[in-house]
Amino acid sequence: MENLLLQALNGLASASSLFLVASGLTVIFGVTRIVNFAHGSLYMLGAYLAFSIVTNLPRGHLGFWGGVVLAALAVGAIGAVLEMLLLRRIYRAPELFQLLATFGVVLVVQDVALLTWGAQDLLGPRAPGLRGSVELLGLRFPLYELVLIGIGPVVLGLLLLLFKRTRWGTLVRAATQDREMVGALGVNQRWLFTSVFFVGSMLAGLAGALQLPRESVNLHMDLSTITEVFVVVVVGGLGSLPGAALAALLIGELHAFGILIFPKITLVLVFLVMAVVLVVRPRGLFGKAQVAQAAVASVAEPVLGRAPPQLKWLGLVALLVAVVAPPYLAGDYALIVLTDMAIAVLFAASLHFIMGPGGMASFGHAAYFGIGAYGAALLTKWFAAPMVPALLAAPFCAGVAGVIFGFFCVRLSGVYSAMLTLAFAQIAWSVAFQWVELTGGDNGVLGVWPDAWATKLHFYWLALGCSVVGTLALRRIALSPFGYALRAQRDNTLRAEAIGINAFEIRWVAFVLAAGFAGVAGGLFAFAKGSVFPTALDIPRSVDALLMVLLGGVQTLAGPVLGALAFTGLHEQLVRATDYWRLVLGGVILLLVLAFPQGLAGAVRQRWEARRRPG
Amino acid sequence: MRRYTLEAQNIQKSFGGVRAVDQVSFGVRPGEMLALIGPNGAGKSTCFNLLNGHLKPDGGQVKLLGQDITGLAPRRVWKRGVGRTFQITATFGSMTVRENVQLALQSHRGELARIWSPAWRLRGGQADTLLERVGLAGQARRPCSVLAYGDLKRVELAIALANNPRLLLMDEPTAGMAPAERVGLMALVAEIARERGMSVLFTEHDMDVVFGHADRVLVLDRGRLIAEGTPDEVRANALVQEVYLGSGFEPEAEPEPGEEPPAC
Repeated sequence: MENLLLQALNGLASASSLFLVASGLTVIFGVTRIVNFAHGSLYMLGAYLAFSIVTNLPRGHLGFWGGVVLAALAVGAIGAVLEMLLLRRIYRAPELFQLLATFGVVLVVQDVALLTWGAQDLLGPRAPGLRGSVELLGLRFPLYELVLIGIGPVVLGLLLLLFKRTRWGTLVRAATQDREMVGALGVNQRWLFTSVFFVGSMLAGLAGALQLPRESVNLHMDLSTITEVFVVVVVGGLGSLPGAALAALLIGELHAFGILIFPKITLVLVFLVMAVVLVVRPRGLFGKAQVAQAAVASVAEPVLGRAPPQLKWLGLVALLVAVVAPPYLAGDYALIVLTDMAIAVLFAASLHFIMGPGGMASFGHAAYFGIGAYGAALLTKWFAAPMVPALLAAPFCAGVAGVIFGFFCVRLSGVYSAMLTLAFAQIAWSVAFQWVELTGGDNGVLGVWPDAWATKLHFYWLALGCSVVGTLALRRIALSPFGYALRAQRDNTLRAEAIGINAFEIRWVAFVLAAGFAGVAGGLFAFAKGSVFPTALDIPRSVDALLMVLLGGVQTLAGPVLGALAFTGLHEQLVRATDYWRLVLGGVILLLVLAFPQGLAGAVRQRWEARRRPG
Repeated sequence: MRRYTLEAQNIQKSFGGVRAVDQVSFGVRPGEMLALIGPNGAGKSTCFNLLNGHLKPDGGQVKLLGQDITGLAPRRVWKRGVGRTFQITATFGSMTVRENVQLALQSHRGELARIWSPAWRLRGGQADTLLERVGLAGQARRPCSVLAYGDLKRVELAIALANNPRLLLMDEPTAGMAPAERVGLMALVAEIARERGMSVLFTEHDMDVVFGHADRVLVLDRGRLIAEGTPDEVRANALVQEVYLGSGFEPEAEPEPGEEPPAC
């Protein structure tokens, strides 16, 4: 009984800090419609800045609380600057590009933090006067946690007052409902957006700063927080403050009691809840349908055509070189990189298939890559299957997962659909991580080596072959009547339904196909590495695939190929050349987003077409 | 021959407490051009959406060629032989004009499940024939996203004809077009309808279009059908005059286009 109370209080404490971060994210989304991946980084910056400020100020109440407030304000200012320098330029870019940009910020902040504060965990001072604990029903409970429990509702109350009682708050609420109307009424949107970013970022910074006495400050705070906060915001309904509060409570308590009741599946539990909520209520608990935004809608997607002959020849020559040259030129290391590239191309092409022609964003495509990898690896481990049948099983396993997960994901649209794919990917990841008996958990599945006949070179050819055949197959499907129907439902759902196209079925089949091809890539990956770890299906891998597709450009079929090659090459070189590869990669991403909002292939094509049509 | 292509029997639909469509019954005869008119808020769009499957009636029946199609999804209504155009043109912007029509033809033939044959090889000739018929042969290779609005209307018409419809539903077919273009488009529709023996049911604000091209006219007011007959009969109908004049509307004057509430 006492134990339960303690857990409930613990849950409340984490709910409180979850809410602080989530409230900022949801307010920012409500007004700007940007899904800010960097919100977790702002939270992390809040913690680091608070550490630096508090340790440099004199000890005592003023030093601690003053430091916390200063850190929050500083993070607010950083957020405002971020909005003015970066996001302001891309409000009209496609949603996923904004996401890519904020992910670039995540990478940059990670390395800036590493440069400034070092890699070791930092232990901050405890809050003065709140070091002790109180007795509750004979159990000791830390005083600081109690204060934290109180801060959440206080901030919620203040925010509600701010939104209901001030002119600024009224504008924010109005903009959340109908941004264009607010603009049409003559409100200075630039100022409004910047101020919203300031407030939202400040809340993230405050939450981070308040963690100082609770846990050590480290470089992983950003991504671990952002996934959880995404869950809270999505479950609550994007843009809804009361929704975020309720969802934070739900998730916080779920964590606390999940450990007691289902210790085996704690990691899955949260995402399971999110999946269930989204299936039952496609816009979260309190989410509302958004007013259509005609003016912000991106320009029509260009026509998919057959590639110009020059490009075909170029591709053919490149392929020929890739087949013939390695035995003479490449050493083992080069072969490994080339194999990685071949796998990445297929992985990116499979994601592009649903993102480009399908118009469905996926934050969790790594699930199918990873399930393919685990499928092949587990067959080898438990049934001593040879390589070829194991490789054949990979797309089958991934496809089955695609059938089940896709059934739910393709019903939703936009950010909610993307978030559900993320939830399913996290569920798959949690299974790989926590079902130790089957998957070996964190230790992975080892000893997944190719058959004896396959040397490194042979395996490279195999991977290249699968990749080329797979990518061409996806291309062929995209240009088939099915592919046209897929694009039709993306272009105009109403019109598609009016000519007899079943959008749900088409999307579902496309999702399963994409999952299957990602599974092939995953299976190859398992044998290329000789092992599979849960990282094969974690969030960074999903983001990698997104980066490849978005870098290359969603609009062309060559995009994912170029993007995968560029990303893998750049990544490989950077990791070898510098410890701060994230900083460089993030910087490159930001530059590309600002300079080529259509992606690499899109930019090349535009140049090409401009040259061919002079005047 | 069957008396009606499409028959609505006592269809009704309420939103909250408002009866948008109230016990409306009518029939569309084979091969006729039937106009559905009424002042703003009369229930034209709702009535239309009850017929094309976007809304489910609270009561009543819709029959197509004698078969009950009440509450069927839009794509099933299409499969039974109803084509439609939208008030705001809806085409696929990432495809050429020809591809738009090809896709509709492929869908009609049940070829969308073919994931391995190149789409450009299927139904190209038929698409060209349709495009020729609506006067767009010269534009076939251009992307829909760059077309002029009047041409897009014609693309929509070609798409809508792809399933050899027995009935064509046109929601405000000439909204947003220049007066000269309006007459041209409706003359074309009337011609095609005659050739194919296809019925056309259209809502319209432009009285020139209504009285110039409709064989018969239905008049809705506040969800009820208040008059039905030839253009001359309807023009002479006292109730109709009262409804229009009462709301400060002269049948000869041209109202603003696009003031209907958006469909669904």
